[in-house]
Amino acid sequence: MTTTTTAPTSTTVLDASGVTMRFGGLTAVRDVNLTVNTGEIVGLIGPNGAGKTTFFNCLTGLYVPTEGKVAYKGTVLPPKPHLVTQAGIARTFQNIRLFANMTVLENVLVGRHTRTKEGLWSALLRLPGFKKAEDASRARAMELLEFTGLAAKADHLARNLPYGEQRKLEIARALASEPGLLLLDEPTAGMNPQETRAAEELIFAIRDKGIAVLVIEHDIRFIMNLCDRVAVLVQGEKIVEGPADVVQSDERVIAAYLGTPFEGAPGEAEAAEVEAAEAEAQSTTEGDDK
Amino acid sequence: MTTEIPMDKTTDTTKVSTAQATPIVPLPHAAARALTVAGSALALIGTFLAWTWTREFPGNLTVTGYPGGLQVLTLVGSALTLLFTLSGYGIRGLGWLTPGGKNSPVLLAALGVFGTTGYAMGAISQELGGLVNLEPGAWVSGIGALVALIGALGLPVDQPYGAEDPNPNLWGRIRHSLTAPEPGRAKELPSWAEILIIAAGFGVGLYVFAFGIGTEYSELFIGFLIIAAFGFTAVTRAGLLKRLSALTAKHRNVAMAAAFVAAICFPFTQTNDQFALIGANILIFATVALGLNVVVGLAGLLDLGYVAFLGVGAYAAALVSGSPQSSIGVHFPFWAAVLTGAAASLIFGVVIGAPTLRLRGDYLAIVTLGFGEIFRITMNNLNGNSGPDVTNGANGIPNIPDLEIFGFNLGLPHNVLGHELTRSGNYYLLMLLFTAIVVMVFRRSAESRIGRAWVAIREDETAATAMGINGFRLKLLAFALGASLAGLAGTVQAHVSYSVTPEQYEFAGPVPPNSAFLLAAVILGGMGTISGPLIGAALLYLIPAKLQFMAEYQLLLFGVALMLLMRFRPEGLVADRRKQLEFHETGQLDVPEDKSLPDGATGVAKAGA
Ligand SMILES: Nc1ncnc2c1ncn2[C@@H]1O[C@H](COP(=O)(O)OP(=O)(O)OP(=O)(O)O)[C@@H](O)[C@H]1O
Ligand SMILES: [Mg+2]
Repeated sequence: MTTTTTAPTSTTVLDASGVTMRFGGLTAVRDVNLTVNTGEIVGLIGPNGAGKTTFFNCLTGLYVPTEGKVAYKGTVLPPKPHLVTQAGIARTFQNIRLFANMTVLENVLVGRHTRTKEGLWSALLRLPGFKKAEDASRARAMELLEFTGLAAKADHLARNLPYGEQRKLEIARALASEPGLLLLDEPTAGMNPQETRAAEELIFAIRDKGIAVLVIEHDIRFIMNLCDRVAVLVQGEKIVEGPADVVQSDERVIAAYLGTPFEGAPGEAEAAEVEAAEAEAQSTTEGDDK
Repeated sequence: MTTEIPMDKTTDTTKVSTAQATPIVPLPHAAARALTVAGSALALIGTFLAWTWTREFPGNLTVTGYPGGLQVLTLVGSALTLLFTLSGYGIRGLGWLTPGGKNSPVLLAALGVFGTTGYAMGAISQELGGLVNLEPGAWVSGIGALVALIGALGLPVDQPYGAEDPNPNLWGRIRHSLTAPEPGRAKELPSWAEILIIAAGFGVGLYVFAFGIGTEYSELFIGFLIIAAFGFTAVTRAGLLKRLSALTAKHRNVAMAAAFVAAICFPFTQTNDQFALIGANILIFATVALGLNVVVGLAGLLDLGYVAFLGVGAYAAALVSGSPQSSIGVHFPFWAAVLTGAAASLIFGVVIGAPTLRLRGDYLAIVTLGFGEIFRITMNNLNGNSGPDVTNGANGIPNIPDLEIFGFNLGLPHNVLGHELTRSGNYYLLMLLFTAIVVMVFRRSAESRIGRAWVAIREDETAATAMGINGFRLKLLAFALGASLAGLAGTVQAHVSYSVTPEQYEFAGPVPPNSAFLLAAVILGGMGTISGPLIGAALLYLIPAKLQFMAEYQLLLFGVALMLLMRFRPEGLVADRRKQLEFHETGQLDVPEDKSLPDGATGVAKAGA
């Protein structure tokens, strides 16, 4: 560790401050501050429509935040997705967005885009480095498939994988960009309990590789098992942050989930109620995102 | 052929067999097969007899001729039917003919024979005025073909009905009887034998292709189209094409070389300069289509003004060709002219691409359509009246001199290996070199980090950028590469056609290399493949060139044909393995929806939620 005054930032992987996202009149994310440190798994929970995914999109440059800035390991990120990935933040999507008609291996190879250099000329002229780089990339991709347990399906089309494996492939593809921070948007949505447990193991293994994880999830038990710290987003605002058990017993969180109505949110309470019940039953399905 | 993914061995697409399929015509199996054999044999014998009494019908179908003209087609078709049927009997040594479907190839071949023979009989009676002009031979063949068809319709159907429709109606049953299961894995042969098979395959391909180009009258060409279409489908259903493509995938470089050699042989099979010119033009068209395939097939960018890049290359080459009408009046050596043409197209591509590629989907299509037209109109206006005199306006740049490469004048006939190689033959061979370059560029770029990024953008641009791909830069790269490939082809085209005029580079027109036909060649042939656009371009060039009598209806028929194709084979003639799965798999699996929604208020695509 360096001895400069910025010592704390050397362990801070992500530092989002004052992130606000407005869509016309709707403020989906309001002044959210969040930090993630190395070696941490941080949970982000909140009822449907709370703005969790929107917050992720702001972090990764898919949305340009109306206000606020996002810093990765001390440098402020420009709101361009490919630069964010280049810097070291990788993500998965809530509604799976694989390259459906590419093979599993190719999907992961695409994930390696920022970590490889071979340009068009190198490919056309098959310059000396080309084959080496390509082989190395393939080897690395196979390692990741091994790691996520998809190696046997390397040559399948992504679209032909069962649902749970598609989620795993999204994670493998994200890991291929060698990130320092992985953002997971509902990684266990639609999974059965066994698959969920396997996903937990996978996320712990990712953390053990030295990658910090920020995970959105509705499954409270999953969050409790996994996270060192949990932040709760309600109607775009972060209302609580702290250790998982503390957050779980916080009355504001219970209110948000179980339905003391917030001002001016008539439909929200019912939605949250249903959601909480679903989370309890661990039967969250894919289609619940709206 | 484009991707180097190992062959997928999974069989998870196998349908659950439910209802046993019944033949269309209820016949005992043995009787049906015997009928088919007898009918085909009869049709075959009939081709050795006279079909008509006069030589007025083109191709000499009278008693003096050996099987000639249309008779040859019936002969080949019925021989094919016979072979497939006998293979179905389990005769030793013929089993290799039908590794996939056993009976649907017979039915398809029989349909083809029936179609061509029937067409021939119809054409004879129509052109000579009445059925009386048919000699017994025609009746023998015709009845034989009909008997064979009835027999083939009575043969057992290759696969049981699919689970999704266990009880189809008549139309569904007919369509079903034309389907066949995929062949299993072939047993290993020694390498030399496999390479020999590849060579034979390409030899047959070349022969069929050269026959099509060499058809001298439209009746023969129509007959050829009928039998070729059915024959090709029959061979596909029999599983032979799969076997061949498995071999070519295994020996890819050999297969490439074989295709190249077959293509080199083409001008030596032609004695007529006109046919060699058709060959050269097909190559130009096909090369440009392949360039467009980088843009459309790989990167998924719908470019409706692509022919403009061909035009830029051609104009650039014409200006530096030393033509007396060129406003520059310099005469570059050929290699420099080629570089000039490609560079000019490249610059034009970047200039157009930089502002337009920030648009998505339909917007890009409309803007490129506009730019394509702007190019043509600008060339028209740079005539000294409406603008500076650069291109002579509508007159274009004529009198482009023939090329001379290493002292070899491409404008003069040369004697090569005892064969007179005409001017068009020379240009054909030169163009073939460019085609080979473009094929190589396509293949190598597709199988690289860049090519994967293009496909990723095509599949889901938002996810691609989230994986670290600079969408705009890569799209621009695809656009620029496509443009320079078209520019390359343009430099040769200017010399082949002696002159360049703005009217050669329209959006749609009767003469093939125009934007609409280029796109059609790519889609018809098969997006994202190498052989697809080549085959598509050959068909789209040949059909209008050979059937000039229906010039007025050409675009109409073209449209109808495209619609039918999109209905029945949306992935194109040559399916990219990916595309084939995409279009023909009934989505049992939960496949994520990946179409981008209309852009939100901020102008960025919706990512999650
Ligand atoms: N591009 C957009 N344009 C307009 N409104 C949007 C856009 N994206 C999200 N929103 C709105 O922002 C709010 C927050 O949505 P978001 O998807 O972030 O919720 P979430 O917390 O991820 O919910 P869930 O748990 O259902 O995934 C919603 O009201 C949504 O309709
Ligand atoms: Mg969400």
